[in-house]
Amino acid sequence: MPQKNDVLVEGRDLKVFFPIRRGVMVQRHIGDIKAVDGVTFDIWRGEALGLVGESGCGKSTMGRAILQLRRPTAGEVLLDGENLVTMRGQRLRRMRRRMQMIYQDPYASLDPRMTVADIVSEPLAVHGLLTRRARRERVRELLNTVGLSPGFAHRYPHEFSGGQRQRIGIARALAMQPDFIICDEPISALDVSIQAQIVNLLEELQVKYGLTYLFIAHDLSMVRHISDRVAVMYLGKIMELADRDALYQNPLHPYTKALLSAVPIPDPLAEERRQRIILKGEVPSPANPPAGCPFHTRCYCRIDICDQLEPVWREVRGGHWVACHRV
Amino acid sequence: MAPLLAVKDLTTRFSTTDGEVHAVNGVSFDVEDGQILGIVGESGCGKTVTALSMMRLIPDPPGRIVRGEVWFGGRDLLRLSEEGIRQVRGNQIAMIFQSPMTSLNPVLTVGRQLGEAMELHMGMTAKQARAHSIELLRMVHIPEASACIDDYPHQFSGGMLQRVMIAMALSCHPQLLIADEPTTALDVTIQAQIIDLIKQLKRELGMAILWITHDLGIMAGLAERVQVMYAGFIVERADVRAFYAHPRHPYSQGLFAALPQQNGKERGKLTSIQGVPPDLFVSPQGCSFSARCGYSIPRCLEENPQLQEVAPGHEVACWGDIIDGGIG
Repeated sequence: MPQKNDVLVEGRDLKVFFPIRRGVMVQRHIGDIKAVDGVTFDIWRGEALGLVGESGCGKSTMGRAILQLRRPTAGEVLLDGENLVTMRGQRLRRMRRRMQMIYQDPYASLDPRMTVADIVSEPLAVHGLLTRRARRERVRELLNTVGLSPGFAHRYPHEFSGGQRQRIGIARALAMQPDFIICDEPISALDVSIQAQIVNLLEELQVKYGLTYLFIAHDLSMVRHISDRVAVMYLGKIMELADRDALYQNPLHPYTKALLSAVPIPDPLAEERRQRIILKGEVPSPANPPAGCPFHTRCYCRIDICDQLEPVWREVRGGHWVACHRV
Repeated sequence: MAPLLAVKDLTTRFSTTDGEVHAVNGVSFDVEDGQILGIVGESGCGKTVTALSMMRLIPDPPGRIVRGEVWFGGRDLLRLSEEGIRQVRGNQIAMIFQSPMTSLNPVLTVGRQLGEAMELHMGMTAKQARAHSIELLRMVHIPEASACIDDYPHQFSGGMLQRVMIAMALSCHPQLLIADEPTTALDVTIQAQIIDLIKQLKRELGMAILWITHDLGIMAGLAERVQVMYAGFIVERADVRAFYAHPRHPYSQGLFAALPQQNGKERGKLTSIQGVPPDLFVSPQGCSFSARCGYSIPRCLEENPQLQEVAPGHEVACWGDIIDGGIG
């Protein structure tokens, strides 16, 4: 069981802003899109932390900022206590081996002109590990691990179905024997019957190699299945973070409640009895987020201070964190 | 009484350089007046092609409706003249699509596009159409409708555009609305808003709906009757409660088993359906699901089962069920 005192990845007040510029000759900086706006979290060794939220809430940007694929505007990212944000060059490259990513779209994340063997062994080649022959052997091993025939090594991505392509992407992520993998919506592009195959594979690999996952998704029922703990993000901020069961059975934040109540249940009787919280309006622009609590414009429990004072991110009971004035 | 819509033996194929794709294979079903019929299936199962074939919107070539009949209002839509079918489309039968962002013309204002169908089908003047458009936008709860009507599609969010699409579809008071995954591109909270809106409009206007989705959750709260498609065939059809209480086709059962348990205490393994859907280049000799099915018997490989009623109102195309009275 993952333990809270054994932290692998830490985010401290992490911010990622995208500048908005205007002007033809001189590009003036006129504002920022606050994609990730001050998030603090721990990811424990060996756990799967689910990260849910609607499109544009900053969950993918947060993942990329952890890997330093997008350098944060402010804040710290610690891997085993070492701050990646200030790290450069060789030292960062060495740390990067330990962190990998599996992408959402298996049709766009594999180069169509490369063979499966080239794709899977590219990380090894980039980091100059193993001889060519040893790499070939490693590719066969990796394909086996993800449930593909090693005989596929010389084929091209277009010869595979979506589920098989996602397996290739997983083999590539495993090539460096990482500790930590960010799964960025790895099953959203797949059909239901294939989703289950990929989720099962990810779970097997986690046990086999002791992997730590950040599992980013918008499908709340799949996140519930795979995660130990779950964080809910809205407009660049984490609103609630708790143990999986605590979050799904006893959500505290009004946004989490609304999000859970919007998930359709595959049972007509349950659907009939169900009281839905239908949120009014839409997510405000992250270029101009509302003052106070970012959710107050759609919140059905708001009080006067909500549009003035930003709620404090605090632990309300053991391991259950929330940012809301009403809790 | 005759049903509102009766599809009989609809068969659509596409010719490609690799051969002929059998997209829809002899599909038959009825939609009753005011009913919500759901079609569930995974990508490539033929659910969208079925809807497009009904409306004669299949590009020909490469597509071809090989045979079949689509009876609506005493006429076979597949035998109407081009002018005749155009009178039906967007008028008595309207459609909304998966991606509202690509369904509207980006260089025309929303008002212009909304008014078009009304001027065409209802003989309204531009002024009348504009007034009616504003009313429709209010009906789908678009704030400040009279100002928004002169905006271009890119000025709307995805959820708002889908509302515009719904307003457009309902502008000529259709008797049948075909909704092809209208919420798939939207976020869950916006999806809940749109489903809520469609349910409310259905109560007020009383049209029938043919709802196409891959999401068993959405279907449960919406449809009255459900049919499951696989590889271009309807493999199961039942009332929504009967279907969810007791799915009978092994493929339907597989779809349910692949869903994570809602109250999932234990992190057990998900039950996935082994293998992948068949390619549709060859007309299968046996049941098209037999290669992935855990219950297949020799007959499954030889003869394709037809949809048969195995319990009142519950039809299944599976030899295991037809011969042995149920599997699993």
